[in-house]
Parts: sequence; structure tokens; C-alpha cells
Amino acid sequence: MDEADILEAAERWTLDGHAVALATVVKTWGSAPRPAGSHIAVRADGLFEGSVSGGCVEGEIIEAARETIRDGKVRYLRFGVSDEKAWSAGLACGGRIEIFVEPIV
Amino acid sequence: MKRSTLHAVCDAGRAGRGIVRAVDIASGEERLIDIASGNSQLERAAADAARIDRSAVADADGRTWFLDVCNPPLDLAIIGAVHIAQILARIAHLAGYGVRVIDPRGAFASPDRFPDVSLSLQWPDEAFAKEPLGSRSALVALAHDPKLDDPALAAALRTTCFYIGALGSKKTHAARLARLGAHGFGDKELIRIHGPIGLAIGARSPAEIAISILAEMTMKLRADDVWERSIVRATANTGFTPRS
Repeated sequence: MDEADILEAAERWTLDGHAVALATVVKTWGSAPRPAGSHIAVRADGLFEGSVSGGCVEGEIIEAARETIRDGKVRYLRFGVSDEKAWSAGLACGGRIEIFVEPIV
Repeated sequence: MKRSTLHAVCDAGRAGRGIVRAVDIASGEERLIDIASGNSQLERAAADAARIDRSAVADADGRTWFLDVCNPPLDLAIIGAVHIAQILARIAHLAGYGVRVIDPRGAFASPDRFPDVSLSLQWPDEAFAKEPLGSRSALVALAHDPKLDDPALAAALRTTCFYIGALGSKKTHAARLARLGAHGFGDKELIRIHGPIGLAIGARSPAEIAISILAEMTMKLRADDVWERSIVRATANTGFTPRS
């Protein structure tokens, strides 16, 4: 499952009539598990493909992606150890990541 | 992202073409950039990002862009439709490679043995004349037959492919290098061939050997400098990961 497979899953879902959002790792610092350019595609019903971390922030990203599907707005999310929200999401690896979330329109 | 952009990116991937999607993070505006162009600052930055296979943020033309690199899959050409090839084809596919197995012997290169793998019944030099190796290609010679392996290795040495490996003992490999040397290849070229193939992880079964080969290909692709390689080697030998 490489990045092309994830984008193709998003394409297939849109062709099937699903609302889809895409989250992309834009920047990383330190020992972030997935590099910039890693994607996760999310459907309105919560089904997803891909990853943006080692699993630590996926839950929150999927929620943000579903919000983006609902309101049509792009989001820019930052996770890191100094960030309280991220701490709760558990980016325990000590890295920092920034993630761009956008609807497929 | 517009649906039309998503289709264009997927189409480029299916056609084996690299493309970069530039996104202005502030506004969400996006542009698709053909990496063969290179007129503007943004296009040149995109071409650079595609070349090193790294998506990244770049300042260009007075704006901040995220360059989402969508390169075509890596290419793995396996010579010899043997037992190790059956497993290597499967795990390399999982690691993101487009895999082709080349073996003119129909009993070996049978679709029953290689479901969902691109099979070529041609001789290696014919197959590479049709679909050449490039800088995103790896060549793995497993036939253990100089008639098949040697022409493939010679063809690979004339390209910029990132990995060349050949199955065989140290003795077999020395004889192979002597044969290729007699065909005019010098030491500087021959050192590109990894032989005996694979990282030294004590692999025994075909599956373990396939893992050691994919691990060595990955090292060559992602950690190709002396320091990185020594860390990877140490990790491979001790199981200790110093950088996690």
C-alpha cells in the first residue's frame, strides 16, 4: 500500500459517490514516523486508507477529516510533544508533525 | 483538492509518469506541475523535489507551497522465475514496487506460479530493449545461469539503476565478475553488483533470502552513504536500533 494506492482509493471512493477528505503530512521534525507526502484518505462514514503517523494521531486526523467533509474547509493541524492536544493524542515518539486536511471537491 | 486533480494524479501514476501537486497551504490553491517543465521557480523546485523523491515545503514565486511528489512506482526486474522470485515479487509489491519477472523458460515463468505479476518470456536483453531500466529501477539476477544472468547484469551496468544484485556464493560471484571483466567492465563498474546478494542476516529459506534482498535494496535506495550504511549494517548484525 504505497501513496499511489491511497490516492487511487480516494479516487475510487469519489467515483462511487462518497464524500472524501485527504490529509497529508506537510512537515516533520525529529523522529516522526511518516515522512512529508504521506497521505490518509478518509470517507464520511469513517473508512480510511493510509497513515500520517505510527498510529498515534490517526484518530484525531480522521475526526478532523470528517469535519472537513461536513464544512468544506481546509485545516492545518500541528502535533508535537509541546502541544497539549497532541500529548493527549499521544505522539510519544518525540517528533513534531504538521498535517494539511482538505476536502476532495 | 479538486476531483479533476485527483484523477490527473492517479492517471499519471498509472501511466508511469511522475507529477508534482503544488498546494498553497494558506489558500488551498493547487497546481499540477509536469516535472519535465522547469521555467518558473516553482517548476524548478518541483522538479528537484521529484528527483530526490521527497515531498517538501518550498518558497517560490513569492508564496509558500507544499510540493506533494507523486512519483511512479519503483521498478524491480527479476531475472529467473525461481522460488525466491515468487516470494520477492510478492513482498516487493507490498513495498511499492512494480515487479516484472523475466525468464524465457516457460515452465518457470508460468502465470500459475506468479499470479498478478508481469511475466516476460523474453531473454533479458530483449526485455530491456523494450522496457529499459531507469534510475528508479532495481535488477535482481536469480537465475543462477550465466546465459540469463550475465547479459542482464551487463545491461544493468550500462544504466543508472539504483541497485544491482546477483545470487551466488563468493566463488560463483568471483567467476561472474571475471566473465563480465572480460567483456570490458572495470572494477568501478563491477563493484555496483551486490554479490552474494542480500544483507547478511543469516537467511536460509527462500522467504528469508527474499527479505534480505529487499532489505539491501531499501538500504541502497534510502541510506546510500557510508555513515548511514554502517548504522544499517550494525542494526542488521545486532538487532539494535540506535536511532529510534
